Amino acid sequence: MIRLDGVGKRYPGGKDALRGVSLRIARGELAFVTGHSGAGKTTLLRLIPLLERPTRGQILIANVSLTRLPRRRIPLLRRGIGMIFQDHRLLNDRPVFDNVALPLIIAGAPHREIGRRVRAALDRVGLLDKERQYPVTLSSGEQQRVGIARAVVARPPILLADEPTGNLDPELSAEIMRLFERFNELGVTMLIASHDLTLIGCLGHRRLTLVDGALVDDGLGGCREI
Amino acid sequence: MGSLGQFTRSPGSNLMTAGVIGIALALPASFLLLLDNIQILTTGWQGQPHASLFLKRALDAGQVATLAQQIGARASVTQVRIITPEQGLQELRELSGFRDALTLLQSNPLPPVIEVEPRGTLTPVQVDALIDALAVLPSVEHIRLDRDWLRRLHAIMQLLQRAIWIVASLLGVTVILVVGNTIRLDIENRRDEIVIVKLIGATDAFVRRPFLYSGLRHGLAGGVLACLLVETGHLLLNGPASRLAGLYGSRFELTGIGFSGSFTLLGCGAFLGLVGSWLAVGRHLIAIEPR
Repeated sequence: MIRLDGVGKRYPGGKDALRGVSLRIARGELAFVTGHSGAGKTTLLRLIPLLERPTRGQILIANVSLTRLPRRRIPLLRRGIGMIFQDHRLLNDRPVFDNVALPLIIAGAPHREIGRRVRAALDRVGLLDKERQYPVTLSSGEQQRVGIARAVVARPPILLADEPTGNLDPELSAEIMRLFERFNELGVTMLIASHDLTLIGCLGHRRLTLVDGALVDDGLGGCREI
Repeated sequence: MGSLGQFTRSPGSNLMTAGVIGIALALPASFLLLLDNIQILTTGWQGQPHASLFLKRALDAGQVATLAQQIGARASVTQVRIITPEQGLQELRELSGFRDALTLLQSNPLPPVIEVEPRGTLTPVQVDALIDALAVLPSVEHIRLDRDWLRRLHAIMQLLQRAIWIVASLLGVTVILVVGNTIRLDIENRRDEIVIVKLIGATDAFVRRPFLYSGLRHGLAGGVLACLLVETGHLLLNGPASRLAGLYGSRFELTGIGFSGSFTLLGCGAFLGLVGSWLAVGRHLIAIEPR
């Protein structure tokens, strides 16, 4: 589903954020990307929806090469990828319902469909009763769940999450992870960047470890004491 | 991105934008309307001067009548009037105040005259051609027409019209810049929102649309305001203008902007608003990319 071949990203100024990363993530797989901050986790995730273009190598999403994807096709690529951010990236002047409905509005879904699917997504993250509230009135964990509802409402085949639990306490983080596992069970391919090894260690999913922009370990995570 | 909501949320600044556009549109519109009114006034006021054909004195009344008929049959002539030497003398007595002096005359020195009124739609060049054609008729001794007055008036009107169009173009550019700037600020204010919708797959067209609508609405609001301003000006000036015209014995009334004029103003406003927002969107929206 996601395939990287020798992908490198060099920022202006000569700093290499990624060096020759090659990996394959199968359809329906859930993988974590770990590493210290600055190891290239965020850059890796940003290359997939073409928020940035790699300087070397090539990326294939569902067997489509992103190398020569024209600018006008980028929105369609992004509609197939749900993105969850550490800072939520919600529209603070719109109620929860409007925030979650945004991907459907952008895709031009019919009006009745929007209401039904937004409520289904909010129900799954447990925020059905908060649809009229504004994001600022919600707790950080609730805001993150609004972000997750927005990412999944259009049922994209791929979900990317960049430090989704970065600001949350362990209990809330575990809850969010369980939510992700449930989406994964529905067949969504997921790539989650996180530095929280204690949290992801015991989940038993594939773990990609980046050090200084290079992929150094690719294996199943186990319950190791760190 | 519900841009209608955005518009109603900051009515103050939007009203100010509409005000600037309204005034910028109302100024040239009212000047052009004024010029229109002057044109109507001068045509109603014998705008096409009468040409006086002084005929050879030897002609008798029958010959004069035949000639008048021939001239009257021309397509470029609306009306002819024969002034016999007797009528001429009579008019002179009544108007000039030389009553006593005229009684001293042994015989009537006045020639028969045909007054010719050229058709109102003729251009000065066509009037000239008509006069030249009449002047070479064998029975015509002399022809008189205040052609210079007509020419000068036309020249002044053309000059004014040209000047108004220059001002109108400049004000049109002003409207484009004002709308462009408003939209640019709007884009800056909503930068985060634009980034987020682009992140989740909004096309450029989707992001552009509400700003174009917003520009269109600014332009239309300005156009409505311009219509109101021009019409208010018309209502305020109509009374005094009619009184002034009344003093000259005319029943002249100022013409308002009318339906087609209002429509044109609205159309201009909408068009300029759209162009302004298009320019702003083209320059600033593409530069905003998710980071």
